[in-house]
Amino acid sequence: MKLKYFSAPYLVWMIVFILVPLLMIAYFAFTTDGGDFTIRNVSDVGQYANIFVRSIWLSLIATAICLVIAYPVAFILSRMDKHKQGTMLMIVMLPMWMNFLLRTYAWMTLLGNNGIINNMLGAVGLGPVRMINTSGAVVLGMVYNYLPFMILPLYSVMVKIDKSLLEAASDLGCSSASTLFRVVVPLTMPGITSGITMVFVPAISTFIISRMLGGGSNLLIGDLIEMQFLGNAYNPHLGAAISLVLMVIILVIMTVMNQFDPDDQVLI
Amino acid sequence: MKKLGKIYLALVLLFLYVPIFVLIVFSFNESKSSSVFSGFTLDWYKRLFNNRIIISSLVNTIIIAVAASIISTILGTLAAIGINSMKRVPRTVIMNVTNMPIINPEIVTGVSLMLLFSFFAARMTLEFGFVTLLIAHITFDVPYVILSVMPKFRQMDPHLYEAAQDLGCSPFRAFRKVVLPEIMPGVVSGFLMSFTYSLDDFVISYFTTGSTSQTLPITIYSMTRRKVSPEINALSTLIFLVVVIVLLVKNLLESKAAKKRLSGGSC
Repeated sequence: MKLKYFSAPYLVWMIVFILVPLLMIAYFAFTTDGGDFTIRNVSDVGQYANIFVRSIWLSLIATAICLVIAYPVAFILSRMDKHKQGTMLMIVMLPMWMNFLLRTYAWMTLLGNNGIINNMLGAVGLGPVRMINTSGAVVLGMVYNYLPFMILPLYSVMVKIDKSLLEAASDLGCSSASTLFRVVVPLTMPGITSGITMVFVPAISTFIISRMLGGGSNLLIGDLIEMQFLGNAYNPHLGAAISLVLMVIILVIMTVMNQFDPDDQVLI
Repeated sequence: MKKLGKIYLALVLLFLYVPIFVLIVFSFNESKSSSVFSGFTLDWYKRLFNNRIIISSLVNTIIIAVAASIISTILGTLAAIGINSMKRVPRTVIMNVTNMPIINPEIVTGVSLMLLFSFFAARMTLEFGFVTLLIAHITFDVPYVILSVMPKFRQMDPHLYEAAQDLGCSPFRAFRKVVLPEIMPGVVSGFLMSFTYSLDDFVISYFTTGSTSQTLPITIYSMTRRKVSPEINALSTLIFLVVVIVLLVKNLLESKAAKKRLSGGSC
């Protein structure tokens, strides 16, 4: 039996539950209720340009912060003694096992106008500072929730980097900065790109974080889509069109990201 | 430098853990306030255990997460083995489609499955509920399994498999003794990712669930929408405890297995 037939069950699953549903989105986006072709839904998406800009902006900021925080964490983890690594990785990833609604809820109570942070600020004569229902709170929620998704892929690439490679770089005269940028970063590029994907995609499409931490004034694309399918503004055709545009935005960003993936470059 | 690293790590851990510990502390708070601790009580836990909706949705969540992650791990590992031995073009096409649920936002996956299920629900006896949830969970889990197993093949020297056979291993034995240990970390992390994603998933479940089968995240969501209730804190505390215990046991088993591997093992 050929090995490639092992994938047959998955291929069937993939076609029925990945390809067909996506084609249905495209179909809904370009049809009316009666099934006639229209581009009205897609052109209507333009009315929500401000929401699209806000979503892209906030999730880009959150992704950048995650990368900056996670990169040293993953590196430190990967250079620890082997027997400590497992335990430490477990401690870092443990919060991810908590439900993400609970993690967001935790920040809701922390950032609230009568929350702990404002109480502490009040005790030293400061505040109250309005933190909840701001775009800053939304970014914080994204960073908090998706940070582990950045750490894990970075760590799994870094742990493969041989220690002697770093020593060789410094023996050959690289400063620690140039070792970082000319050896470690190129080698971890696959981890960086997959980390960015894993943070940016849920961040740009979230509707929970914006709803719980952003109040009503920080609507994101996710809120918009949700409202078309399960909310009061029921209109699956418009919802499908918005989803389609969101997919295109993400595809564009991912294509740009892939340019940085050194898979088909020659490593010096 | 080493010290700086430790301080940095400690700060990040503080950022990750403080919100959770605050939740835990206030689960024992007498009043409903989530900022002023007025006295110790276990009332919220009693209420939690008497809340039938929470208990039944917890059971649902666990059943779905276990079923979905086991099925996806099998489906995904088999798929990875198959895809890996394919020619370049079909492999690229399949991997591109496999990447879609990951590249696509969860909400798009959720909405697309909702459209598919609505189509069937209108024409056949398919109801939104357990079956649609399970299908949805497997669909978003499998790509993660494939993506964590595939790189293990790439990192592996393909000659190892041949060498094992040259040295007298049967193809199956060579696979079990040489290939499987190499890809096992990928299989395990794929399974763990599936399981966490399934437990954690709110968005896709939200679009594919019916009134008959609620998962815990959906119940939690409706609780946070209505009012701030310390019952949620109590629930968080229990989930946190369970997670800690599970991970500790897993870590212990792994270090035992590692010691065993050091002391023996042959073809």
